[in-house]
Amino acid sequence: MSTHHIQVKVNGAVKAAEVESRLLLVHFLRESLNLTGTHIGCDTTSCGACTVLWNGRAVKSCTLFAVQADGAELRTVEGLAQDGKLHPIQVGFHEKHGLQCGFCTPGMMMASVALLEANPKPTEDEIRWGLSGNLCRCTGYVNIVKAVQQAAEQMQG
Amino acid sequence: MAAVAIQGLGHPRKRVEDARFIRGKGNYIDDMKLPGMLQVDIVRSPYAHAKIKAIRTDKALAVPGVLAVITGETLKQYNVHNMPTLMSDTQMVLPLDTVKYQFQEVAAVLGTDRYTAADGVAAVEVDYEPLPVVVDPFKALEPGAPKVRDDKESNHIWHWEWGDRAAADKAFDAAEVTVKENIYIPRIHVASIETCGCVAQWNATEGHLTLYMTTQAPHAIRTVVALITGHLGLSEEKIRIVSPDIGGGFGGKVPAYPGYVIAVALSIVTGAPVKWIEDRTENMAADSFGRDYHISAELAGKKDGTLTALRFKTIADHGYTDAAANPSKMPAGLFHIATGSYDFKNAFVEVDGVYTNKPPGGIAYRCSFRVTEAVHTIERMADLMAHEVGLDPADFRMKNFIKPEQFPYKSALGWEYDSGNYAGALQKAMDMVGYKELRKEQAEKRKRGEFMGIGISSFTEIVGAGPSKDFDILGLKMFDSCEIRVHPTGKAIARFGTKSQGQGHETTYAQILAEELGIPADHIKIEEGDTDTAPYGLGTYASRSTPTAGAAAAMAARKVRAKAKKIAAHLLEAAEEDLQWEQGKFFVKGSPDRAKTIQEIAFAAYTNHPQGMEAGLEAVSYYDPPNLTFPFGSYICVVDIDRGTGEVKVRRFVAVDDCGVRINPMIVEGQIHGGLAMGFAPALMEEISYDENGNIHGSNFTDYLLPTAVETPKWETGETVTPSPHHPIGAKGVGESATVGAPAAIANAVVDALWHLGVRHVDIPITPPKVWALLKEHGAALEE
Repeated sequence: MSTHHIQVKVNGAVKAAEVESRLLLVHFLRESLNLTGTHIGCDTTSCGACTVLWNGRAVKSCTLFAVQADGAELRTVEGLAQDGKLHPIQVGFHEKHGLQCGFCTPGMMMASVALLEANPKPTEDEIRWGLSGNLCRCTGYVNIVKAVQQAAEQMQG
Repeated sequence: MAAVAIQGLGHPRKRVEDARFIRGKGNYIDDMKLPGMLQVDIVRSPYAHAKIKAIRTDKALAVPGVLAVITGETLKQYNVHNMPTLMSDTQMVLPLDTVKYQFQEVAAVLGTDRYTAADGVAAVEVDYEPLPVVVDPFKALEPGAPKVRDDKESNHIWHWEWGDRAAADKAFDAAEVTVKENIYIPRIHVASIETCGCVAQWNATEGHLTLYMTTQAPHAIRTVVALITGHLGLSEEKIRIVSPDIGGGFGGKVPAYPGYVIAVALSIVTGAPVKWIEDRTENMAADSFGRDYHISAELAGKKDGTLTALRFKTIADHGYTDAAANPSKMPAGLFHIATGSYDFKNAFVEVDGVYTNKPPGGIAYRCSFRVTEAVHTIERMADLMAHEVGLDPADFRMKNFIKPEQFPYKSALGWEYDSGNYAGALQKAMDMVGYKELRKEQAEKRKRGEFMGIGISSFTEIVGAGPSKDFDILGLKMFDSCEIRVHPTGKAIARFGTKSQGQGHETTYAQILAEELGIPADHIKIEEGDTDTAPYGLGTYASRSTPTAGAAAAMAARKVRAKAKKIAAHLLEAAEEDLQWEQGKFFVKGSPDRAKTIQEIAFAAYTNHPQGMEAGLEAVSYYDPPNLTFPFGSYICVVDIDRGTGEVKVRRFVAVDDCGVRINPMIVEGQIHGGLAMGFAPALMEEISYDENGNIHGSNFTDYLLPTAVETPKWETGETVTPSPHHPIGAKGVGESATVGAPAAIANAVVDALWHLGVRHVDIPITPPKVWALLKEHGAALEE
């Protein structure tokens, strides 16, 4: 099994590693870097529990190889809070009760951040379509939409 | 310093568990990493029924990093190749010679990590000889059908019946009107976003097993493990089950699955911690399913619309073994809630369990033991009867509801309903949705050839299992527990026999205790899921946490308060009977200034307790509920049918729920939202089916469609509050109500939209192809 030397920036810190060609990015994050906030839910790019930001774009890390991330800048749920201060999306999910079991939450929040960075004032339909690659089994989505709306307002200042 | 708020009953307290989840610091099973941990992966059968002629492991063992391959023969040496199901049937952990369903476990490979274990699985060679397959339970009952189980006489598992057959038959013979329909409630899967898994850690020196696992019922699992492995010397005090954060349960994490046993066996053999994590296909194709009930339903009534009798006959497909998670005395669960919200004088239900070459089950899909099957059927049939006698479905329901003054109400099938106001809930839903105006709009649209439907579901649930005289699982009575310790500084820790999977117990249990003790909820730590520390309980499923453990919390708190009163009397030099409780303190009647707060009393319990009294301030309660609780509600769904595509669009969905006293309204509403989404899903999207060879359709999220934020309707919720008279705080449980009640409202709306064409029934999931076929059949499809 061939290996590759990769260097990625994860949540602002440079990480270098020797990885197998077949190592999935989500396993690299979870098992090599111990960033276990990024979850695995389906194996088929359907559920979005593994969503992270790749140079600012939301991607599903279960369907990318770690070696593809060489040179990329990644953000995971662990990188949302800055200096102990929660990101508005984290505040929104907490205050609007946008989570229950919490398993889809990191991916859902990362998809929301990507959405809001591209579209700071989304309509409800744009939020629903923007999160349509992420499945939640607990909340019925109503409060997730409210969480994103609150974060949008807060990010406007 | 400002006083800390109590945040007791009715407070929309923000969740304490969120702190870790929003930071990605949850502790789910696959996040665990122990030194030297190995990973197991499982070889699974491509056939639904086959003889295993040979398993060759040499190539797998040659894969670098593969440490062991085990088969049924390996486990047989220790007599753990089979395990009992919760219904006392037998389930293979690994087979000796035959497989009975597609994706059944065949062998297990232990590797240094998940990749090498998967390499090993790919290298195991198995020779199969395919055998005849039976997937249809009706065919399975025919003479000459392929026999699923070699150890049983036939494919018929059991017959169960309830009610007075002769009286029901007599009422049907005398009926002025009868309606009959065959209703199939298809096989579905809870599909929690986290799959199942475990880490087994055997300590050879101490002969001790710690099993971290995704279980909704850690104590029951500990006892089951002890029963399975007791002959090997692994007795219950040497077993610790830890259920970490769980990424959704919905019933799917109640049973014990072969993977858990395999991981334990491999940890014992190797002495290393062993992790087993399902992938999504394994989860969908091999874990317990929900539903799969084929129901032939009949109602009898008078011409004026008065219901007189009910008969439901059901064939229940259990797959190759009865691995349902029901109370042991109730093979069809609580299906005998089938009379629903209506005042039937006569009722009879019967169910026959059948073996087929499909995965074992069935567990509940976010509902209390077969309640959705019963509710869906009675609510569909109520609509049929309403239309038959020419009454509006709302008027028909109002006419037949059990009246508020009839509670406590003894149903024809023997339940004692605790409380209800069914007409009140339906009226509120009708007001919220604007029912009369919608009927007008529907009539106008129909004239224009537009198909709009309005569907009602006025459900009654039965939750909170349950009273020990009737309810046990493998003999374990279905009480639940709370243990409270109040610390000297007036803060507290409380532990429970239940296990949250997203329900927010860390938040809401503290609110019950805060209400009862006057200690702020923020000062009470809640723990669950570790059998070494938590008091024994039967776990979280069937909406039982609030009715049982929530009640135990109130009762334990009241025990604490009783002792606190004695200490307060000592501190205030007053007689106990002269003291009065006001939230958070005792004071002398008539002298409100002579008071001791719960915090002062707690301190005294450790520093200045009365002579002759034991120190400390703690209590435990094992609560055996005197009855079940009966949450209810009325849902109204408005749909528009696309005559060009057959698509059903849910325009509005109004849900009025009555779950008694609401502990935390924010969390209750969140649970209703989620429950509605899991009612919408099987009504319109989800189904697992099999072809004639037993190949599964719907084993991953590209085939088995979970609703996203786009399809999911924007729910409108309302409430009425009818407290449970027997629950200490009047609460009833709510986590599953919406999943139970919603599908019938949607199905009724679709049939209502198409009734004038002659459509009388459509089975869920109501997919566009099904509706399109109905439109075509009745000449109403728009084809261009």
